[in-house]
Amino acid sequence: MRERNLITLVIIIVIALFSALIVAPIQKPPFIESLVFWQDPRGRDLQIKQGLDLKGGLQVLLSADVKPGSSIVSGTLESARAIIENRVNGTGISEASVQLQGSDRILVELPGVTDRQLAIDLIKRTGQLEFVDGGPTPPATGTMISTTYGIDQRLLYPQTAAVGKPILTSTQTLTSAGKIYDTAFTGEILQNNSRADSQTGQIVVLFSIKPAAQQYFKEYTSKKIGQPLCIVLDSQVLSCPVIQAVLTEGGQISGNFTAAEARNLAITLNYGSLPIPLKIETVRDVGATLGADSVRRSIIAGVIGLSVLLLFMLLYYRLPGLLSGLSLLFFAVTTLAVYVLLPVTLTLPGIAGFLLSIATAVDANILIFERFKEELRGGRTLRGAVEAGFQRAWPSIRDSNLSTLITCVILFMFGNTFGASAVKGFAFTLILGILVSLFSAMVVTRTFMRLVFSQPSETIEKNKALLGV
Amino acid sequence: MYHIVRNRAIYFLISLAVILPGLGFMVYNTVTLSSHTPWHLSVDFRQGSIFDIKFNETVTEDAIRNVFEQFGLSNPSISKLGADSDNLWQVRTDFLQGDKTQALLDALNKQVGALDQKQSSVSSVSAKVASEVTRAAILAVIAATVAILLFIWYTFRKAPNAIRYSVCAIVAMIHDVLVAGGLTAIFSTLFKWEIDALFLTAMLTVIGFSVQDTIVVYDRIRENLVRHRGEPFEDVVSRSLIETLHRSLTISLTNIFVMTALLLFGGASIKQFVAVLLIGLVSGTYSSIFNAVPLVVAWEERDLLGLRALRSRAMPAK
Repeated sequence: MRERNLITLVIIIVIALFSALIVAPIQKPPFIESLVFWQDPRGRDLQIKQGLDLKGGLQVLLSADVKPGSSIVSGTLESARAIIENRVNGTGISEASVQLQGSDRILVELPGVTDRQLAIDLIKRTGQLEFVDGGPTPPATGTMISTTYGIDQRLLYPQTAAVGKPILTSTQTLTSAGKIYDTAFTGEILQNNSRADSQTGQIVVLFSIKPAAQQYFKEYTSKKIGQPLCIVLDSQVLSCPVIQAVLTEGGQISGNFTAAEARNLAITLNYGSLPIPLKIETVRDVGATLGADSVRRSIIAGVIGLSVLLLFMLLYYRLPGLLSGLSLLFFAVTTLAVYVLLPVTLTLPGIAGFLLSIATAVDANILIFERFKEELRGGRTLRGAVEAGFQRAWPSIRDSNLSTLITCVILFMFGNTFGASAVKGFAFTLILGILVSLFSAMVVTRTFMRLVFSQPSETIEKNKALLGV
Repeated sequence: MYHIVRNRAIYFLISLAVILPGLGFMVYNTVTLSSHTPWHLSVDFRQGSIFDIKFNETVTEDAIRNVFEQFGLSNPSISKLGADSDNLWQVRTDFLQGDKTQALLDALNKQVGALDQKQSSVSSVSAKVASEVTRAAILAVIAATVAILLFIWYTFRKAPNAIRYSVCAIVAMIHDVLVAGGLTAIFSTLFKWEIDALFLTAMLTVIGFSVQDTIVVYDRIRENLVRHRGEPFEDVVSRSLIETLHRSLTISLTNIFVMTALLLFGGASIKQFVAVLLIGLVSGTYSSIFNAVPLVVAWEERDLLGLRALRSRAMPAK
């Protein structure tokens, strides 16, 4: 029994040291960086990532690129905003903010991003749709290709590019084989009413062409019948359906896709490209939206509060209080290490989740100690009281934490679906915190208590004051 | 043994005394405010103004905040742009009329530091938190409430009438939301508190803590119902409350320590958030002991305020 506890203690110490190494603000040995292979190598600095509210990030101001004097159709800027927001969220940057500014600008804020090029790439990637001549051997679905439009905005039918210049086109040359494909049209020719359909038993995506572009679409499809026409979004091939008939007003894309994939393709066709051209006006660093001074002061305040809490636990519960202090330190370091490893972008809602999980961890310890004291007063031996204390406290710790976990999972799912990133961030850090706090109370505190109280110790038996009984 | 449960009428009255004024203010605000919400909304939820201001010298965040507050723009969101040496700041506030804008820039120039007028600009900005986000959060809370109802019902299935525990836990949760929301409404009216995106987070935290705390107290009842089989229900419940009182006080104290430290020493931009949290967490502990559990007993005895029992004690049976 004692041997098993010692092994557990060693494991706890190893986890604690490893976590401390990850959390410590020092240059990390390279082997740790290669351990977190799932993180984007560009941002893999093994620091706690802080959100816009705490640390700031990059602020990109986009403005509508229309001729001076021409007005912007109402609602188009808002739909451009929504598209950019979806794209940014889709890249995994959490807690980004996309707002309309004035009558013709969109303000994008990307927390934790320090690489300007990365930020510009991200927004550039906001949906340029192209119809590309697949040639005799069409590129495979999913590959990145170079197109004439992507390189110098050349189209086979330049007449169809109705609204001004193209929008934030990709300038990367991503070709592997070096082949450059001819862009016939951009997404500009589509009406925004594409939809998935499965009436004929086969799943297809129906699309229709704007009247102004119909003659060119007819011309192209009659010339290229039997050849593949690739649909390319941001240089990536979505599918290469074969032209099966001369098309004028629209057509259908058939392919080997599921109903969900077809639906996604239809959405992309409708919303993939921005409804108005945008240009990048400025890219600059933005400080913490909560105010850097405020954040600094709050961190100090938090440390003071937690120190008072630890002091209270020590005075009130004495020796067990000291042990729980150690276990709470373990909890804090390990949780922070998890944030670094995943990584979690920490924001104030996230910290609220972390604070609540500290309260949970403290509560678990208090529940255990109160039971422990009761059992001692009831006349049990020290060792018996430790075991009984944990056993009796367990159902309440289990059920109260389970209920919070259920709440968090629901909050997380909703936050994820509706883009409520504050709700999502809160729920996520709380889920992590609760899992670590359960471990720290039920394994770490228990192991400490077992080791300290395992032998019938006369000093402790005599000095009841040590136990706060 | 002091009977919390028997004297429940007093505790229910205390709760009402806190909730009713708050509720009154929430209704009053909803009717009178142009936004038709129970609280003054901050710029997070509304269209506002965004100031890009450049100084020729180093200035402090507090000095800038001070000027905005003089113009009645409480709780501005101030952040630094670019490098430290740029002295470029961005401030988001309520929507400000054009003529007042110039006056504000002049005040900044005079009180904070020399302003580079050419590189400073003001424009309007849309809401940071779209209304869909708020709606999503409310829907999520409703869904979570239903899940919690079912969970407590399941985990207390061995206790008689487990559904009562569920319902009373949810009532206690609503109590805490009303206490925190109501007091915020009072402060919102009296001290022009504006609720921001963080308020949403504070409420979520309060809800999570409320249920968690109630379950801990319920757990004792569940255990004692088995241990002290045969004793009257009210006695078992009272005993359980007394036994968990120590723990309830301790957890409440630890919460108060941390929150008070944040309130006293923390930054200006999170004070409201912490205050709502503090109110909610204290209320969460109170409602577990003085609402959730007595309500379960009231349901069992079919006597909401415990007045019948009081009367029968006052007039002993002949």
